[in-house]
Amino acid sequence: MSAIRSFNAWPMALVWLSLSGVLFMLGLSAGSQGFEWMLDTSDPVVMDIRLPRTLGAWLAGALLGLSGALAQALFRNPLADPYLLGSASGATLGVGLALVLGTWGGVHLPWDVQWSGPWVWRLGLTGAAFVGAWLAVLLTLMLANGVQHTLRLLLAGVVVGVVLGAFTSLLTVTQPHLLPAMQSFLLGNTAMVNGSACVLMAVVLLLCALAAWRLSAFLDALGLGEDTAKSLGLQVVPLRMLLLAAMALATATAVAQTGLIAFVGLVAPQLIRSPLGMRFVTRSWLSAMAGGVLLCTADILSRVVLAPQELPVGVLTAVLGGGYLMWRLRVMHGSQGDRP
Amino acid sequence: MREFTLWLVGVWCVSMAHAVSVVDDRQVNVTITKAPMRIVTLMPSLAETVCALDACGRLVGTDNYADWPAQVKTLPKLGGLYDASVEAIVRLKPDLVLAGKSTRIVARLESLGIQVIALEPQTLSDVERSLHVIAQALHLSQPDAVADAVWSRAMRSVESAAQSLPAEMRGNTLYFEASMGGYAAGERSFIGGVISKLGLRNIIDQRLGAFPQINPEFVVRANPRWMVLAEPMAQSLSQRPGWRNLDAVKSHRLCKLTNAQADVLVRPGPRIGEAAQTLVNCLKKAAAP
Repeated sequence: MSAIRSFNAWPMALVWLSLSGVLFMLGLSAGSQGFEWMLDTSDPVVMDIRLPRTLGAWLAGALLGLSGALAQALFRNPLADPYLLGSASGATLGVGLALVLGTWGGVHLPWDVQWSGPWVWRLGLTGAAFVGAWLAVLLTLMLANGVQHTLRLLLAGVVVGVVLGAFTSLLTVTQPHLLPAMQSFLLGNTAMVNGSACVLMAVVLLLCALAAWRLSAFLDALGLGEDTAKSLGLQVVPLRMLLLAAMALATATAVAQTGLIAFVGLVAPQLIRSPLGMRFVTRSWLSAMAGGVLLCTADILSRVVLAPQELPVGVLTAVLGGGYLMWRLRVMHGSQGDRP
Repeated sequence: MREFTLWLVGVWCVSMAHAVSVVDDRQVNVTITKAPMRIVTLMPSLAETVCALDACGRLVGTDNYADWPAQVKTLPKLGGLYDASVEAIVRLKPDLVLAGKSTRIVARLESLGIQVIALEPQTLSDVERSLHVIAQALHLSQPDAVADAVWSRAMRSVESAAQSLPAEMRGNTLYFEASMGGYAAGERSFIGGVISKLGLRNIIDQRLGAFPQINPEFVVRANPRWMVLAEPMAQSLSQRPGWRNLDAVKSHRLCKLTNAQADVLVRPGPRIGEAAQTLVNCLKKAAAP
């Protein structure tokens, strides 16, 4: 907290928080028939569906925004993205495999983790996505021989992403009936988020936000270059490993609950204009808020644009986030140099 | 020599008289000069249509999923919707291929000189039209009469299925979940057509399209009396946000379909009578205490 105060990021934080509050109210009133302004908190639809959904969208967006900020700081590249280490393709393959295993025995898997039944069933699609994302990140780390070389890590992430993506394509070609379920996962879906998913995401968000706070000094030093960080006596490798773990955990948790949501992790940190000297903890927390706001907006739009049909939320985040980046590029081009 | 020329002209006239021209779902005019005897189908419903027209014996190969009637199971399997093998098809030397219109293989086969009719039935009226097109392409002696007979027989069995629906179920609301991820079967789909023929009311109406991805809240608001979905998905229904309060979930008015039953219901083909009866039986089973 002291960090935020000393750089006077409070106005910014207040703006994002109040935006979140407004969106939260909008999210409670946006239903399958457009907006309903008279809120009835005893209505099970509001409490059981809209509340977890809105909250879940914000939390998933915040997780992606936070891991985006982590990725960009770790790789010292404003274009780094939480899906960079192959976690997205790993999660997709996990879901695909779980669906195939599930339908072989004639069972369809539930979205959510179950506490009874065979192990594939118990894992559920969420669990499968989570395991897939983690295994992909581990594979990337193995290929890159650890975390020392940023470039090698990035390359390994790209390779793992392409190879696992190819396996997923192979699965869907041989099992075409999986296509609708896979598509819903690939485009992101916030409709099925329930209360327990919200609790899980909140806990992970808290953990990762704490990690970002504790390791902020390291990331700030890393921003000045790897050698500077080393010369300051920081244990670069283990700290980096820890941050990667936090990033993978945040991404995998969000992806497991809402599917692959494009662009939030990339755009949210860009939404935070970072003045010189802003500490990493401030930037990452603000990024999380921006991510939450972005995904919450997309979720509300996905409900009302075609109501009562759903527009895939991933399409909306890509349009919103991508549109912003395009505008930003245009403005930058018009004004001056190459500051991201 | 003169006789021979006359004979040739005569043969030509006769064969042209027999040439049949049909318009397929791409709006392409396909002319079939003689009765096809080696037919390949690349969609289960197309194999079913050929067999319903009593021409099952002319099939020489099908896609991987065709499994009705039983005799098509033994035919060579040529691949799926998007990965049918051109080589395997060509090797069978078919004189006609019936395929869905959205596969790339249609153009490839045509460039190899194989005649293709592309049909993609999606609604009840599409199924009826496909019956006529295929009957003509098969060079049946009275194609329209045969197609009409098959169609009206199917409609009669739909009616008898509707008759067997208990009176108190008529006009009841129903939600049909087509696949995971919240995709519903709307009135405009094939199964939606069967549902309205049975006198049931689909909560997903005409303007929402064939298989819309629907907001789960909409289903809660509509609170349908019956829900139809794949058997294993029914187990996690009460875990979906807000769905445990649905009347159909609370009182177990859930019709759970096995994979084979779901196949009959989602394939837009001539087994519509069987589809209707399957749905009625499933609903009756769900209603039984």
